[in-house]
Amino acid sequence: MSAEGGTAGYIQHHLTNLAVCADSAKVDGVCTGFWTFHLDTLLVSGILGLVVFGLMAKFASKATAGIPSGGQNFVEMVVGLVDQQVRDTFHGRSALVTPLAITIFVWVFVMNAMDLIPVDFLPVALQAATGNHHLPFKFVPTTDPNLTFGMSITVFLISLFMGLKVKGFGHFMHEVFAVPFGIKLAPINFLFRVVEEIARPISLSLRLFGNMYAGEMVFILIALLGLYQLPLALPWELFHILIITLQAFVFMMLTIVYMSMAAESH
Amino acid sequence: MNINATLIGQAIWFALFIWITMKYVWPPLQKAMADRQAQIAEGLAAAERGKHEQELAAKRSADALREAKEKSADFVAQAEKRAQQIVEEAKGTAKIEADKVVAGAKAEIEQEVERAKQQLRERVAELAVAGAEKILRKEINASAHADMLAALKQDL
Repeated sequence: MSAEGGTAGYIQHHLTNLAVCADSAKVDGVCTGFWTFHLDTLLVSGILGLVVFGLMAKFASKATAGIPSGGQNFVEMVVGLVDQQVRDTFHGRSALVTPLAITIFVWVFVMNAMDLIPVDFLPVALQAATGNHHLPFKFVPTTDPNLTFGMSITVFLISLFMGLKVKGFGHFMHEVFAVPFGIKLAPINFLFRVVEEIARPISLSLRLFGNMYAGEMVFILIALLGLYQLPLALPWELFHILIITLQAFVFMMLTIVYMSMAAESH
Repeated sequence: MNINATLIGQAIWFALFIWITMKYVWPPLQKAMADRQAQIAEGLAAAERGKHEQELAAKRSADALREAKEKSADFVAQAEKRAQQIVEEAKGTAKIEADKVVAGAKAEIEQEVERAKQQLRERVAELAVAGAEKILRKEINASAHADMLAALKQDL
């Protein structure tokens, strides 16, 4: 409990992103409008991604068919698990789906795993390092809907392009306008399709965001209990290990399902 | 919760990481894993082959062993037969030899008997002559009765 302003202030502080924007967009010193960047989300997710994918690329570059090193073995295990899911679900042939699924699972997992670091640990350390004791900084990027929407919209666009590429423009358009009720009810078919397509990225991103945001909130509330947080933080932490893995897995799995739906005829 | 340009930045990060995974992580790992799978399959096949060969070799060795046993049994039977033959032959030879010895001994004995008889005859004749001489000293002339004595000697 570092910030003044009581319980509400503490919670508010923990849920505020480090935002930057042009001075002209500021209202009372707070960034509003679209052209705002959450530096904390961008930095933490980017650094985590660079570190983890850099490590994976390093192990992969030294990968041998012989006895694998410990690191290679671990990366292979993770990658093999994801690849198995892709094989089971996605029946087409695509050089993109497995790397996409690996990226999602690994990246979302490490970002979620930031939640396991005690809520005040990194923010207080950063405040001490910068000397700014009011510096807001969220260390769990997946609690920022911008990140989850950024990912889900990218997934949506990829699935759209994949559908176009696999089925061809004519077949794709036929599916959009003539399925499931036939070409006579084209507007209704189109409306159904749009709702279906839009619902996917929204549910995909809100699921991850909601779970992580709620989990983070519970950590913040537990941290408010003073000494009593000790017996509570541990079980929630242990439980959260399950949640972060599950959420990463679910995001990956649904992406594979959407890709396979895009690549196969309805 | 406010949606802003961070979304675009995140999409760019995401695309970058997908690209890294697609180019530098997945292909080498996939290759390594596929190669290893092939190696393992090869090793398993080789093991299977080795096992098969070992089975064949065991069968061959069993065959050879059986053959050798049969041969040795043959040899033993032959040797026994031969030994029997030798024994038979030896028996025959020994019998012939023994018969010969017996016949020789018999002949010798007969000769001896004959000789003894001869001697006895001569002795008896002498004795008879001596007895007769003693009995008939006075009236019988040995030379006068020599013919009769010779006839007597012959009768004995």
